[in-house]
Amino acid sequence: MRAPDTPVIVKGEALLAVENVSLRFGGVKALTDVSFDIRKGEVRAIIGPNGAGKTSMLNCINGFYHPSEGRITFKGETRRRMRPFEAARGGIGRTFQNVALFKGMTTLDNIMAGRFLKMRSGFFWQLLRYGPAMREEVEHRRFVEDIIDFLQIQHIRKTPVGKLPYGLQKRVELGRALAMEPELLLLDEPMAGMNLEEKEDMSRFILDVNQQYGTTIALIEHDMGVVMDLSDRVVVLEYGRKIADGTPEEVKRDQRVIDAYLGVAH
Amino acid sequence: MDVLYKIFIEPFALMGSAPDLLVQTVWEGLVAGVLYALIALGFVLIFKASGVFNFAQGIMVVFAALTLVGLHEKGVPAWLAVILALVVMFGLALTIERVVLRPLVNQPDIILFMATFGITYFLIGFGESVFGGNPKVMIADELYLPRGVTDVEMLGGRVSFQHLDVAAAIIASVMIAALAVFFQYTRIGRALRAVADSHKAALSVGISLNQIWVIVWFTAGVVALVTGIMWGARSDVSFALEVIALKALPVLILGGFTSIPGAIVGGLIIGVGEKIGEFYWGGLLGGGIETWLAYFIALAFLLFRPQGLFGEKIIERI
Repeated sequence: MRAPDTPVIVKGEALLAVENVSLRFGGVKALTDVSFDIRKGEVRAIIGPNGAGKTSMLNCINGFYHPSEGRITFKGETRRRMRPFEAARGGIGRTFQNVALFKGMTTLDNIMAGRFLKMRSGFFWQLLRYGPAMREEVEHRRFVEDIIDFLQIQHIRKTPVGKLPYGLQKRVELGRALAMEPELLLLDEPMAGMNLEEKEDMSRFILDVNQQYGTTIALIEHDMGVVMDLSDRVVVLEYGRKIADGTPEEVKRDQRVIDAYLGVAH
Repeated sequence: MDVLYKIFIEPFALMGSAPDLLVQTVWEGLVAGVLYALIALGFVLIFKASGVFNFAQGIMVVFAALTLVGLHEKGVPAWLAVILALVVMFGLALTIERVVLRPLVNQPDIILFMATFGITYFLIGFGESVFGGNPKVMIADELYLPRGVTDVEMLGGRVSFQHLDVAAAIIASVMIAALAVFFQYTRIGRALRAVADSHKAALSVGISLNQIWVIVWFTAGVVALVTGIMWGARSDVSFALEVIALKALPVLILGGFTSIPGAIVGGLIIGVGEKIGEFYWGGLLGGGIETWLAYFIALAFLLFRPQGLFGEKIIERI
């Protein structure tokens, strides 16, 4: 059995380091003393039984929650209280467990909204739709169309996303996160509620994003097959504590992980 | 029989026999409608961006106009008073964001709605203590608003157009058009709509809620100032204007809470509807139906199209 903190295969330097993070809501401990890192270019999975604190961890990383104790260092910069839009500015994109889209807006507008931080031209010119602003709009539109092609959602370009089936909504949400050109992409159960075919498509998109654009990805997933196929390294949480950290192979053999998932004989 | 004749025949006969009166009535309705639309626009802006029905919009109209007139009374030149009034509205937006919205983030809508009641009564008290409670006269001449009347001979009669009304219609139209383009096509406009739909998703793409709220409340403040100037020039500037501002409610029900074109069309329908109703049918009920007809129209509308004429129909999948 491998001790949780033994270093494993190195793939690039650490992009994000979580050190001794604890998170409490009143008396409830969501996370206790969790440390791990995410290296540049890898796919890092965070797994664990329900209520293990996986989503809380992501929320800490992108600033929705502020850790009660511990530090999070992103790109060499440690910030005590990072706010979500600051995290986005720093290059952290994410999707949500229960899809958070702009339901009244079209697929195109949703993904365009992801370009918010990349668009810079003056407000006045935008109002007139003239000159540099028009050029910028066209440029960003082209970028967004590329994402739409990549995710194969051309046919729903003009559909309000509230009308789309769940699987497609998840895809649009991924598209919006990609439009931010994030350095670190956090995916919270990207395949929840999908059928096999949709899962395969989504897996392919995630791998393509990772390999073609070199985007670092942290993902939460319950489907062990998917986790084992996709991820370079896996961190396992249980009751808010880290119980294992390593390659999928190592984690799979870890007795504490097996106990956590299958239960222990008492 | 007599009643039926008065309801279904006589008014239309009158419209046919005196078309100039009809034109005059419709024109007056349109002007009132444009101003209703302006007020409704203030509500729509804030509702779209923060999901809050801002009860204080009406009082913001009064407050903005009072500030303008009050400053002028203190000897500030008109152009400077306009700029200062804008600054005050910006200050108000900043304060509301910092003191009211930020501490209440993630609270249920009803809490935020109640908070806007608080803002309303604060602004009434604050406005009265600073500028006094007496009605004031809008500085229409100093702002180069035209006065006078042009009479046009048409349809065998005479229709008169107040220059002020024409100006109001033009200014309101330009303002509404600019806002519509702003919402639909600019980066900030898209961010506003995004915030309206989902706070956490908006945050995740890097939109700062605080910044957006300040922008939107300030924009609503600017709309309020323009509305205040126009209404104020037609009557006078007093807290009674707030009641007129509540006319925006039926306009919103008609047009949909999230739609700028809806606010315009709704405003025009209500404005024209109540003037025509009053002029042709009001007598049957002893007059004065203008004050409640708008709400009646809205109520009838709610039964058939609850999301309004242009409201975004948000489909919730279960």
